[in-house]
Amino acid sequence: MKRIALIGMPNAGKSTLFNRMSGANAKVANWPGVTVDLLTAKLLLAGEMTELVDLPGIYDLHGFSDDEQIVRHFLCNNTIDLVLIVANASQVDRQLSLALQLRSLGLPAVLLLNMSDEAKNLGITINTEQLSQQLGYPTALISAKYGQGYSDAYRLIETSLQNSSPTPAQTLEQNFAVDQEMENELETIVRNSVDLPTQISHPLTEKLDKVMLHPILGLPLFFVIMYMVFQTIYTLGAPLQDLVAWLLEGFRDLILVPLLSSLPALLSDFLINGVFDGIATVASFVPVIILFFLMMAVVEDSGYLSRAAFLMDALMTRMGLDGRSFVMLLMGFGCNVPALMGTRTMRSRGLRLLTMLVIPFSLCSARLQVFVFMATALFAPSQAPLVLFSLYIMSFVTVIITALLFKGRFNSQEPFALELPPYRFPTSRQMFLRGWHEISHFLHRATKFITIGVVLVWILTNMPYGVEPASSASWSGWIGDVMSPILSPAGINPELTVALIFGFVAKEIVIGALAVIYGLEGTALMQGIAQQIDWVQAYSFMLFTLIYTPCLSTIATLRAEAKSAWFTTLALVWPMTLAWSISAGFYQMARYLGY
Amino acid sequence: MTTLQRLSTLQAGQSAIVQALHVDTGFQYRLHALGFRIGKKLELIRIAPFNGPLQLRIGNTEVMLRKHDADQIEILV
Repeated sequence: MKRIALIGMPNAGKSTLFNRMSGANAKVANWPGVTVDLLTAKLLLAGEMTELVDLPGIYDLHGFSDDEQIVRHFLCNNTIDLVLIVANASQVDRQLSLALQLRSLGLPAVLLLNMSDEAKNLGITINTEQLSQQLGYPTALISAKYGQGYSDAYRLIETSLQNSSPTPAQTLEQNFAVDQEMENELETIVRNSVDLPTQISHPLTEKLDKVMLHPILGLPLFFVIMYMVFQTIYTLGAPLQDLVAWLLEGFRDLILVPLLSSLPALLSDFLINGVFDGIATVASFVPVIILFFLMMAVVEDSGYLSRAAFLMDALMTRMGLDGRSFVMLLMGFGCNVPALMGTRTMRSRGLRLLTMLVIPFSLCSARLQVFVFMATALFAPSQAPLVLFSLYIMSFVTVIITALLFKGRFNSQEPFALELPPYRFPTSRQMFLRGWHEISHFLHRATKFITIGVVLVWILTNMPYGVEPASSASWSGWIGDVMSPILSPAGINPELTVALIFGFVAKEIVIGALAVIYGLEGTALMQGIAQQIDWVQAYSFMLFTLIYTPCLSTIATLRAEAKSAWFTTLALVWPMTLAWSISAGFYQMARYLGY
Repeated sequence: MTTLQRLSTLQAGQSAIVQALHVDTGFQYRLHALGFRIGKKLELIRIAPFNGPLQLRIGNTEVMLRKHDADQIEILV
């Protein structure tokens, strides 16, 4: 099988191209010499199965960041038949340097100048024939976003692939030397084959930046935008969630219950009140999650995240962090795991560890499900979005407390420069792919963690045989009683305690576990919980859920990325301590004030 | 009149030519890749609130750079 490696600078549209070529059937895989997982897809090119590997976006093959080392190690340890270089056509004058570096290594490659539509609008003309001749690499103009120029590109890739002989990995290492003449050559090639207007401007970006990055309005505007994003998710998501819950409830009562009525009572109870209720309660949140990721896709692809880094950098510096840490925190709203991996672009270990220590406080989409559920169950519809927003604020507050407390231990003076790409709006195709990716990710987790989780919760609440489910005679009741001296000061009852214990594995299990513990589902479950606890207990429970620990995957990622046992321990113990202190503090204070 | 000065002293809206990069090798690679090369023209678009980073345009690329780091870059106005 032949192998193609995809290389490009950040913001060159590499992932868009990868998604388009792979048709969204990508898989993560391990590679020799590389400690991280890389996205891989198999596709048919020139009648042969070919493996396409997506390498991290890098500026330079000789740089010192983790991502740059990953690419270097990958190239040195794996046989590659062809490199696909993706460059932003409108920034070809500087992005070409990566192509020259690859050429000096003697790697066979094809250069794809992406975002040709944007370059054309800016008045940039590129003579690809001339460029290809001087560079020595076949070159094509494409637009990965709109799918233009693909037939040409594929033809070039297929011809090059047939003619290429793979470079032996060992010889590459010797070739990794900086070419002093490269800089001059870059200028010559650009001068001969690219016509750049003297004054390039993105009028829309400039106008938008005048408002978005306004010295006084910029920051308040940022918070208004974030609030509107979450308000939209709640307003659109809550009715959708009700609808799905109603459908699943109908399926259960009209089809599943009659169908399983012939089974022994314990088995049908296990299947209906254990497996089905647990998974159905979690599944009803899929629309909220899809909406959330669609909104995140718009924010991420629009170029606004790096503007947020620009606005917040001065404040983050005072906390020992920087603008990139802030962007990673925002990414963490989706899922903490990729946000933790995103810190690889930081070279300073202190800065990276401090950022990794605060990312788990970022209110991820799995925790959002728990909060949407609890807020809907215990608060009026007009209050619920405010409750959610207050939890996002608390998420930032815990980040600030943690960063200020630990910044002395994780010191850094790393210089950094961040690109501010022009504003772009994602196509519906990009948003669809993103939504699809999240659903498959959810189903993957559902089969693995959530099913096992709800089954275990059912066993704990229904064993030993014959006890009243979730009563103090059951195993879960026993666990709740043992933990009660610790968690009752925070107002967290034995039922919620069991849910919290399972939430350690994944937050999706929390509501599934509650469904199993209470033996109820959907609206009935919300009413059941609302009868048993008041809003003070519910808020304290939400605070604890927000802070104590994100999930097992996050802990595993933290350990793998930090490669330090003591840091992983700190990242476990500190949030637990903080969660208990804040929850108990809130609960006792609220009770003292008479609520 | 042209004078040699630090990038951190540039005012918003002003343009200048890069003269020297007094930074460590790793950061120099990054700056090169972003288009900061000697003789290149850059423009300071704006400065973020609370003494924050600078927003610069160099070629067709917009970059944010901290004041502290901009202090290490010499320019000709």
